Amino acid sequence: MSELLVVEDLTVTFPTSRGPVDVVKDVSFAVGRNETVGIVGESGSGKSMTSLAVMGLLPPGATTRGSIRLDGAELLGRPDREMRRVRGEQASMIFQDPLSSLNPYYTVGLQIEEMYRAHRRCSRKEARAVVVEALTQVGIPEPERRAGYYPHQFSGGQRQRVMIAMALVCSPALLIADEPTTALDVTVQAQILGLLAGLQRETGTGMVFVTHDLAVISSIATRVLVMCRGEQVEYGDAEQVFAAPRHDYTRMLLESIPRIDDEVVL
Amino acid sequence: MARYVAGRLAGLVVLLLLVCVFTYLIFFKLSPDPALMICGKTCTPDRVAQIRASLGLDKPFLTQLGDYLSGLVVGRDYGSGPNLVRCPAPCLGYSFQSSQSVTQMIVDRLPVSATVAVGAAVLWLIIGIAAGLLSAVKEGSWWDRTAMGLALGGASIPNYVLALTLQYVLVVKLQILPFPSAVPFSEDPLLWFQSYLMPWLVLATGYACLYARLTRANVIDTLAQNFMRTARSKGLSPALTMRRHALRPALTPIVTIFGMDFAALLGGALITETVFGLNGIGKMAADSIAKNDQPVIMAVTLLAAFFVMAGNVVVDLLYTGLDPRVRVS
Ligand SMILES: Nc1ncnc2c1ncn2[C@@H]1O[C@H](COP(=O)(O)OP(=O)(O)OP(=O)(O)O)[C@@H](O)[C@H]1O
Ligand SMILES: [Mg+2]
Repeated sequence: MSELLVVEDLTVTFPTSRGPVDVVKDVSFAVGRNETVGIVGESGSGKSMTSLAVMGLLPPGATTRGSIRLDGAELLGRPDREMRRVRGEQASMIFQDPLSSLNPYYTVGLQIEEMYRAHRRCSRKEARAVVVEALTQVGIPEPERRAGYYPHQFSGGQRQRVMIAMALVCSPALLIADEPTTALDVTVQAQILGLLAGLQRETGTGMVFVTHDLAVISSIATRVLVMCRGEQVEYGDAEQVFAAPRHDYTRMLLESIPRIDDEVVL
Repeated sequence: MARYVAGRLAGLVVLLLLVCVFTYLIFFKLSPDPALMICGKTCTPDRVAQIRASLGLDKPFLTQLGDYLSGLVVGRDYGSGPNLVRCPAPCLGYSFQSSQSVTQMIVDRLPVSATVAVGAAVLWLIIGIAAGLLSAVKEGSWWDRTAMGLALGGASIPNYVLALTLQYVLVVKLQILPFPSAVPFSEDPLLWFQSYLMPWLVLATGYACLYARLTRANVIDTLAQNFMRTARSKGLSPALTMRRHALRPALTPIVTIFGMDFAALLGGALITETVFGLNGIGKMAADSIAKNDQPVIMAVTLLAAFFVMAGNVVVDLLYTGLDPRVRVS
């Protein structure tokens, strides 16, 4: 399998009043084209920092070591100007809370359109057609009209659908989903998960799926990375990891899941 | 929307009516008898009674109030027979001091106060917002700390101290500026500008300091929002990210505050106008209070109340246009 994203010995360090702290330590994983890789770990284990490092969106002050290669090209150390072309075009990201992740002052149509136009030369009219198509693809009813709606006029699940439409509008090779369903109702979670899995298969996008819910990982990921306090405690084939966890921490995570029927999730 | 506007306007009228009643009660019922003041030293009881009658002060309070209100709406007559004087709507009575129509006095002075307010507003908006923005973007920098320190100090200088200091330094000592005089713009644009420059600076200083701090806080708050991270994750240029995604959310609340501040200023800048001898509403208010010229005091109070309340309505309407989340049903 040719790998789309290769992360090697990634370390993210923050300067703090008590000296530098590694919030991500020597993490390595890879994502193939058309593959979903899960990252699990409890709160504060460094999942978001790992994701943001790939996007070049770490908070100011953070320093990185190691290597992040997308399509064979090194991303770490690239100037922001170049990273801007990667963001949205080659790799895009969706976040945990879709309401606060969308700008309340602009219609969702404009927010998708501006992203498309940042990467493609086209007229506003062409961009609008793309927006409607993108909204249709994620199952927003009456997409022409809804493109003119503001984020607060959608339900939580629909907002995340809008975020997904936006993230995929430039057909990126890599999609990073950082706990995209955590803020949603259980039934809506299942729908969004189904939508993401479906679109991922359809478009052949490589996906990094971040969650603290192992049950979700087992239903959509082929590989899984387990993180604990910034360190990688387990990495490998999802089924194997779940069947025979080698690390106590993974076992603890597995045991903490209430028994769920995986069928319900997808 | 139309119903909302109509409702707000109706509310405005009711509020103004209440303010009218209240101020009338205070200024005409609870103040010294104006007839005695007008009458002066060589006064006879007959003369006082005559003045009271001509001013309508002999009538019951409610009748007086009714006359005042109807004068505002349809105009009213003073005196009777050959002495009859017609005061057209909106009639605010006649100054006890100068016998001038109060309405005319306001019409004459409002442009001065408006000029002071507009010029100061332009200054404080530009300086305050620019300084605040720069501070927010360079948070924690040398510039940020200096500007915010100055803003904290500047906001706490009383206007009269600033006015007198400026006047002393610029006019008396350095003689850079002439003593302010009320020349119309059309007569001598340069002198006009020089005359208004100090009042503008004085009024703008406090507000600029306030707005700089406000802008800084709002922009820093907005830059930390999740949607800013989304904007960056989309590969937008930093300029577009800043202009579109940060500025509008950060500056919209400032519109509200600005509307209220500006409206209040239109009602006259008492201290500044008095110090610089500008014949605006503020100076008129100060003079009328000093001389207990009740119709004028009443009128400037009503005017200020009107501006503040109307400003409130305008700002609310503006806000529904600026913030999509605040839509009226
Ligand atoms: N600006 C910062 N300075 C210092 N430490 C930080 C900073 N931002 C985050 N951290 C630390 O980095 C660690 C990892 O945070 P991260 O957001 O990656 O966790 P997470 O696994 O995504 O957790 P969650 O499930 O709650 O989202 C946390 O311990 C956090 O305290
Ligand atoms: Mg996180």
